[in-house]
Amino acid sequence: MARTVIPFGPQHPVLPEPIHLDLVVEDEKVVQALPSIGFIHRGLEKLAETKDYIDFVYVAERICGICSFIHGQTYCQAIETIMNIPVPPRALYLRTVWGEFSRIHSHLLWLGLMADGMGFENLFMHSWRVREKVLNIIEATTGGRVIFGSCKVGGVRRDINADTIKTILKDLDEIEKDLQGITKVFLNDRSVKARLCGIGVLSKQEAWDLGCVGPTLRGSGVAQDMRDQGYAAFKDIPVEPVTRTEGDCYARCAVRCEELFRSVNIIRQAFAKIPEGEIAVKVTGNPTGETITRTEQPRGEVVYHLKANGTKNLQRFRVRTPTFANLPAMLKVLPGCDLADVPMIVLTIDPCISCTER
Amino acid sequence: MGYFEMSKLALKWALTKPPTTRYPFEPRQPIAGSRGQIVFTKDNCVYCTVCAKKCPTGALVVNRAEKKWVIDRLRCINCGYCAEICPKKSLTMVEGHGSPAVTRDREFH
Repeated sequence: MARTVIPFGPQHPVLPEPIHLDLVVEDEKVVQALPSIGFIHRGLEKLAETKDYIDFVYVAERICGICSFIHGQTYCQAIETIMNIPVPPRALYLRTVWGEFSRIHSHLLWLGLMADGMGFENLFMHSWRVREKVLNIIEATTGGRVIFGSCKVGGVRRDINADTIKTILKDLDEIEKDLQGITKVFLNDRSVKARLCGIGVLSKQEAWDLGCVGPTLRGSGVAQDMRDQGYAAFKDIPVEPVTRTEGDCYARCAVRCEELFRSVNIIRQAFAKIPEGEIAVKVTGNPTGETITRTEQPRGEVVYHLKANGTKNLQRFRVRTPTFANLPAMLKVLPGCDLADVPMIVLTIDPCISCTER
Repeated sequence: MGYFEMSKLALKWALTKPPTTRYPFEPRQPIAGSRGQIVFTKDNCVYCTVCAKKCPTGALVVNRAEKKWVIDRLRCINCGYCAEICPKKSLTMVEGHGSPAVTRDREFH
């Protein structure tokens, strides 16, 4: 059988962001996938050398439009580690709450895109209907819908008062009920299962060897979650990683569905334990030193490497984003699959190309 | 394996008022606490230039000699940093987003 090369992306209905794959196919089977990236490189890492380290939070938040808050939080944590800044406990709890809201809205966005990718328009609309409620809470508490802008070096910019917490908890009950409705369809519906079960299987050993992170790794049975390192308020709120053993597209979808409920519970626990007090400390001086900070984003572990030399600008700023770690796994499982399953496999690693290319 | 899992949800929402609004006939109400846009109050300003120095995108220009405060709305990212650090509180964030800027024209105050 003659081989044909079919271009997939950078503009494709299932891709929210541009990545290009040259799919070498024999009949309807993919035999090789050749990626090319670099369509949206913006040079954000270089910008750290010309921006004030305090103002750079705004740039760090814009590395990704969906997990923006956790990017800002990780950057602040890295600077706070270098400068030994004691962050007030209330600020750490607020960061945890916003981080989990960010995870819920990211997972709901992904579930919607997934439903849209498989042609399930109705489910797509419902996923985004619920996401809208989460975005409204985020906008009311931080001021922004996806770019929160509420994290700063030394703490947070805004507080959440007791009355707002009560309202949010009430809204969370409603959101949880909605989530039960839509995740039931994702996990049990026959047409969803037909599109996801047994597709793009990644074994536990392969996932580990290829350095996968986040739901892609946990979907293959490795219980790894950076939140159990105890950053922010996670030292008081234990997180047990959600895992599945199948390693296929369905497993990765099921991990994200379950994580939605875990995040709702984390927010409830954080609000129950949140201490009173200051939300930020004054930061003076310039950082000197080097650090590596790791946090758990919706797509997996993000690694920040910062090097500072005592001036107001950083000497080096490097980010290893979760999608970058998951791309080798995607390329591993694509050969051998049907051409019609490529969109599902590409979507299940939750590709965030803005993050990857920065 | 479940059949008709979506039917219950679809049926419920077929008989419920849509959660969407009929925009633009029904404008979106701003959410309390939202960072909509920056508003300048000329009376309090002492033209100290702190906002222009701290603006992360360089959207603000302040001329102390001519007493001019200038904003490029296309550059402004509505982060609210200037409103936070303004010593005279002449800058505030309001909830409404206003009409979008489409040109590089600067607003002079």
